[in-house]
Amino acid sequence: MMIPMPSKIDRRLFVGGVVSLAFARPAAALTQGDATAFIKRLIADIYKVIDAGGSEPAMIRQFEALFGRYADVEIMAQYALGVDGRSASAAQKSAFSAAFGSYIAQKYGKRFRQFIGGRIEVEGARKIKPGFEIKTTAYLKGENPIEVIFLVSDKSGELQFFNMFLEGVNLLLTERSEIGSMLDRRGGDLTETTQDLKNAG
Amino acid sequence: MSMPTLPKPIFRSVIGLVLVAGLAACSGAARVQPTGINDPHEQSNRKVHAFNKKLAGSGNGGGIAKAVPVEFQTVIHNISENLSMPQVAVNSVLQGDVPGFTLASTRFLVNSVLGMGGIIDAASEFKVPEHDTDFGETLYVWGVGEGPYYELPVIGPSTRRDVAGKVVDLFTNPLSYRLESPDSYVAPVTGFADRVFKNSRRSEVISDVLDGSADSYAQARLIYLQKRRYELSQRTGAPAVYDDPYAQ
Repeated sequence: MMIPMPSKIDRRLFVGGVVSLAFARPAAALTQGDATAFIKRLIADIYKVIDAGGSEPAMIRQFEALFGRYADVEIMAQYALGVDGRSASAAQKSAFSAAFGSYIAQKYGKRFRQFIGGRIEVEGARKIKPGFEIKTTAYLKGENPIEVIFLVSDKSGELQFFNMFLEGVNLLLTERSEIGSMLDRRGGDLTETTQDLKNAG
Repeated sequence: MSMPTLPKPIFRSVIGLVLVAGLAACSGAARVQPTGINDPHEQSNRKVHAFNKKLAGSGNGGGIAKAVPVEFQTVIHNISENLSMPQVAVNSVLQGDVPGFTLASTRFLVNSVLGMGGIIDAASEFKVPEHDTDFGETLYVWGVGEGPYYELPVIGPSTRRDVAGKVVDLFTNPLSYRLESPDSYVAPVTGFADRVFKNSRRSEVISDVLDGSADSYAQARLIYLQKRRYELSQRTGAPAVYDDPYAQ
């Protein structure tokens, strides 16, 4: 299909595009301090929800909102979908991404009781390919300390985390395997799998 | 519910592995940390998994942990952990891990004497860090490869190297040779009870994985392999290399 090319680029559109691009990108390179402060804010916000102690569905809804704000859900969903995502339409992908976000928030949010009376401490940060690795330790009641690692990046245009490791268990890799199994069960049908994902978690 | 039989090759390969392990230790083979999944026995493993899943489902969903006072569970855990320390010390020596040997010996002495035979974890009060290892880790340090994945009845996910380690650990607890008949059962009995309590406390998480997953066999396998490889690579201290999803 031939697409007619405009003979002149609309100048206002062009300038507007450049300006919005400039604002979308972070002004300065991401520093270790930014990344550490970001994870500290996330932990504080999680504990704010836990300490307020609402009903379970209400708390899960709040976790879902936090996840949407702090995590790059889109890139996480894309990774979890893996090669099966290549043939998907844009509408299918965004439906999957939305379902994936609430699935993760519910699945992991349900574990909040383990965190009551505990605390998470930031241990350190290390530069990695797309951003920083933030190492934290979760001290939970009656359990040995658990190492929790967050990977953060500003590649999406804002500072967000894109993966988590609990005692070496890679959240994205584990969910990619799970999503793969769900797709297999539906003969590779992404629309049906997205529906299953909404009922899971 | 019939007990599934383990594939015969596992026993032969375990015995062979322990025999070659000594040789490997002498040759100073390199430690290799695989990243993929090596599961040639998937069909029989899946049968064992179905059995284990039924077994987990027949438990009363964390009822044991709720019925038994937390204090009693802690005492059982402390005794069991203390009695495992001589073995941890031996394995630390075999791994050439002097600080590990010192920690395990110190913990055993302090908890046996001041902690009244391990009932109280006095060593932790004195800020002596915990140390745990097993013969599976010794084999890893000696350069023995992970081998294929196995799911064992009742015990759960493992690898050939870890099965060999478990078998050796079962027969080489120095305490069982020092103690007379009734006392020598204390370590395995408290160890078993500790395991039952721990599984019961985690039953919510375990049933989440087993019942909430589209393929619980694949999830249990992946989670076990990642966790175990992470544990083993902790000692080498090599920084992790991560996938960059933005570059894909």
